[in-house]
Amino acid sequence: MKSVGTYIPHTDDEVASMLAFLGLSTIDELFDAVPEALRLQRGLELADGAGEPDVLAHMDAYADLNLARNDRLLCFAGGGAYDHEIPAVTKALAGRSEFVTSYTPYQPEVAQGVLQAVFEFQTLIARLFGLPVANASLYDGASATVEAVNLGVAASGRNTVWVSEGIHPHWRQMLATCAAGTGHRLRTVNLVDGVTVWPRVEVPSDDQPGVLLVGYPNYLGCLEDIPAARAVCDDTGALLVVATDPVSLGLLKSPGKSGADVVVGEGQMFGTDLGFGGPYLGLFACAQSHVRRLPGRLVGETVDVEGRRAYVTTLRAREQDIRREKATSNVCTNQTLMAVTAAIQLGWLGTAGLAELALRCARATRYTRDALVAIDGVTAYADAPVVREFAVRTPIPADTVVERMADAGFLAGIPLGDQFNQGEHGLLIAVTERRTRDEIDAYVTAFAKAVA
Amino acid sequence: MTGTNLLNGPAAPGGKATSAPLLGRDTEPTLFELSHPGRRAWSFRTTGIPELNIEELLPAEHVRSEPVPLAEVSERDLVAHFTRLSHRQFSVDLGAYPLGSCTMKYNPKVCDAVAALPGLAGVHPAAPASLTQGWLALMVEVEETLCEITGMAAATLQPAAGASGELTGLLLMRAWHQAQGAPRHKVIIPDSSHGTNPASVTLGGYEVVTVPSDARGCVDMEALASVLDEDVAGIMLTNPNTLGLFEEDIAEIAAAVHKVGGLLYYDGANLNAILGVVRPGDMGFDIVHMNLHKTFATPHGGGGPGAGPVAVSERLVPYLPGPRPERVEDGAEGKPTYWWFTPERSIGRMHSWHGNTLVLARALAYILVNGGDGLQKVAEIAVLNANWIRQRLSGTFDVPFDRQCMHEVVLSSRNLKQAHGVRALDIAKRLLEEGFHSPTVYFPLIVEEALMIEPTETESPQTLEALAQALEQIAYEANALPTGSMTEAPRNTPVRRVDEARAARTLIPTFDARGEKQA
Repeated sequence: MKSVGTYIPHTDDEVASMLAFLGLSTIDELFDAVPEALRLQRGLELADGAGEPDVLAHMDAYADLNLARNDRLLCFAGGGAYDHEIPAVTKALAGRSEFVTSYTPYQPEVAQGVLQAVFEFQTLIARLFGLPVANASLYDGASATVEAVNLGVAASGRNTVWVSEGIHPHWRQMLATCAAGTGHRLRTVNLVDGVTVWPRVEVPSDDQPGVLLVGYPNYLGCLEDIPAARAVCDDTGALLVVATDPVSLGLLKSPGKSGADVVVGEGQMFGTDLGFGGPYLGLFACAQSHVRRLPGRLVGETVDVEGRRAYVTTLRAREQDIRREKATSNVCTNQTLMAVTAAIQLGWLGTAGLAELALRCARATRYTRDALVAIDGVTAYADAPVVREFAVRTPIPADTVVERMADAGFLAGIPLGDQFNQGEHGLLIAVTERRTRDEIDAYVTAFAKAVA
Repeated sequence: MTGTNLLNGPAAPGGKATSAPLLGRDTEPTLFELSHPGRRAWSFRTTGIPELNIEELLPAEHVRSEPVPLAEVSERDLVAHFTRLSHRQFSVDLGAYPLGSCTMKYNPKVCDAVAALPGLAGVHPAAPASLTQGWLALMVEVEETLCEITGMAAATLQPAAGASGELTGLLLMRAWHQAQGAPRHKVIIPDSSHGTNPASVTLGGYEVVTVPSDARGCVDMEALASVLDEDVAGIMLTNPNTLGLFEEDIAEIAAAVHKVGGLLYYDGANLNAILGVVRPGDMGFDIVHMNLHKTFATPHGGGGPGAGPVAVSERLVPYLPGPRPERVEDGAEGKPTYWWFTPERSIGRMHSWHGNTLVLARALAYILVNGGDGLQKVAEIAVLNANWIRQRLSGTFDVPFDRQCMHEVVLSSRNLKQAHGVRALDIAKRLLEEGFHSPTVYFPLIVEEALMIEPTETESPQTLEALAQALEQIAYEANALPTGSMTEAPRNTPVRRVDEARAARTLIPTFDARGEKQA
């Protein structure tokens, strides 16, 4: 028996009875509106349906070909995607089917679960970023950055954007891709010894920036001088957008408290699987004055007709389904489940746990970095302080290091390629709280062998 | 009750959620109200790494003075809190969710098992191709499968959702026209389109030109002809359209748009209706986005994540975002290998990494279980269910475009509004009391008091019958009970109607703002 229509409950008799009710004799007549000439007469050239166990085996065969899985290679790669602990409690709660299989909360009376969880998420992110308003999520770090720049250009009325070279290269690429449509003028501002050196603004000009975009920590893990970037903004009237690593903020000052108008980031590290890059979580928070330009959904607290506390998506007049071509953004579907997951994970971490997590990352990173730069031919990329990630120069091409280290059981890091003037000899390394001293010692030993 | 005998026999409707228990109507405290100083849930590995102080690790000017005040709860309270929140949430797993345009079909659990495979879930996205051959091969299979389903040449898997796919498509359109000499300025969309379409057009740097629908609910061909010129970059269409109707003139539309050098963009929101029956590529479309979270059953997660791959015709392939996964047939022992490449004229990148990859894996599993034959059956039964509902309720509600529909039907309650002041919103709220999620209301914008019902193929005839009876009962009450009684609904939900105006007027976007507003 073929398994056609596994998830369709209808029996043949029921289909016949429903057709009869419609005055039809065949299913085909339901598609009379589709011109015959356009119809796919041959049917789809895909395999016939398979049993669920067969499909699971097919997918597991793919999984088995992935040598870089984190249960086989110890992960020292980061770059916005980190191998953090995901406790059983986060998996269990985030996997509840009420959260997983619901739609966007258009009927708040039966969506208080997701709405309240998102309200709590917004509160947690606002506190973390040091700004009063956070949205209900965007797709990922790159999309959050694009939206922040769009907001900044709209708010400042100037479409020149100074983009620090220390922003994730992929995020900069997406900014450039989207700028083809918006017409934003992107100017890359280079790093010197790991941190951005902003040009001096001598006289006001048409090319004066409307937005400054800087990482804290930046892609290479270095801590930028946020007050200096703020000062450039004060001189030029530009908005300051800071792309941050939310785990590092367990130790660092919140960018919002240091003068950022908008703070964005990647939120994968709060309970979401590495998953080969998605779905992740775009974080976005801004100052109160920009709330009407906020992209995406926002949950607000209100009351029901009996005065009971309730939650609802609000300031809807910004959104695409109402404002259409004048909307602040085209975002509709976002990453709500990852936002709920992050709320759960941040609840699990709590006040003390986030600080402890960041501290453990910082200690493990320092321990690894000190040991690596002691290897002959390996040098630190920059002297700027780092929290949980750093770059080194390697005596042989970084690609080769990664290849050799994989044989020894490690994902060694992310080669910097032709970026950051390293001539293929730069390697970006992240060390999370999951790495033990023994694992790091083994990594350093293998590293020394790989570059020898 | 009139109509059919679908409720005869022993089966109770599987999609009616009125048996869900209620333990009370109290407000669930927030995580912050459950917080008690000193409680904790976290626990980390024992690492043996030297425990340096913060002063030894970071310069003082960067270090925060106080920890970020999150919450302090026990694991037990954390679990209780989020479990109770989950009990305040309607979902597909609980009952039927006939929300038009959203394709809220059942999400097979085998797909959850696929997404949890350690060899898929545990892979870092920056790992080189040599160490991630399984993922690249999987993605190539997804791309090839989606191209067969849509009749297109190649696809990018990067866009994270439908709207991201739309913007990708418009940027592809721009790059294509630019290469022909000029990007052009206008993009045409019908007045029945989703709001994401015009919003994406603006972000793509184009000006929106709206064309009206005709009396049959399809694109008005004369109006279209009057706006077509060589400054039109393209047209964005949903087919079947948002009225649930197939655009019968699609071949003529394609010819007319192509004649002025424009491109056709297919919004895949309604692809579920035509799987295996007709393909966007065969209709003449150049760019197609798909919503994997609709058509291919990946769960919607309370508003995401989705995935919005974009497939294109041959001439647009060199412009696709990169890097793209590709199969190389010259591997060792005759086995193919996979690598990344960026197309020669690529528009760039639309995702932090490679796309919402775990969503892609779920969709592929769903497609493989169904197979080519099963996908066609999905479309057939989806359309059968929608037409059954249309026919069943056509004496109860207005059907503004009363002809055979595709996967969804748009009803109108304007008669009830005129006679008794009962709005589509009231009907939606009253239906919640009956254990069903509401249809989409007030969309498409061109239908007064619209109730847009998309049952999907996974709801049984018994569930359809129960849904129809519930809507009949509501219409009966609207006619028979005193004016205004309908505005009381819903009465048995965790909260009753919420004050949306107050939420916007007195914005409380965080728990902290709550204190300020009340102070």
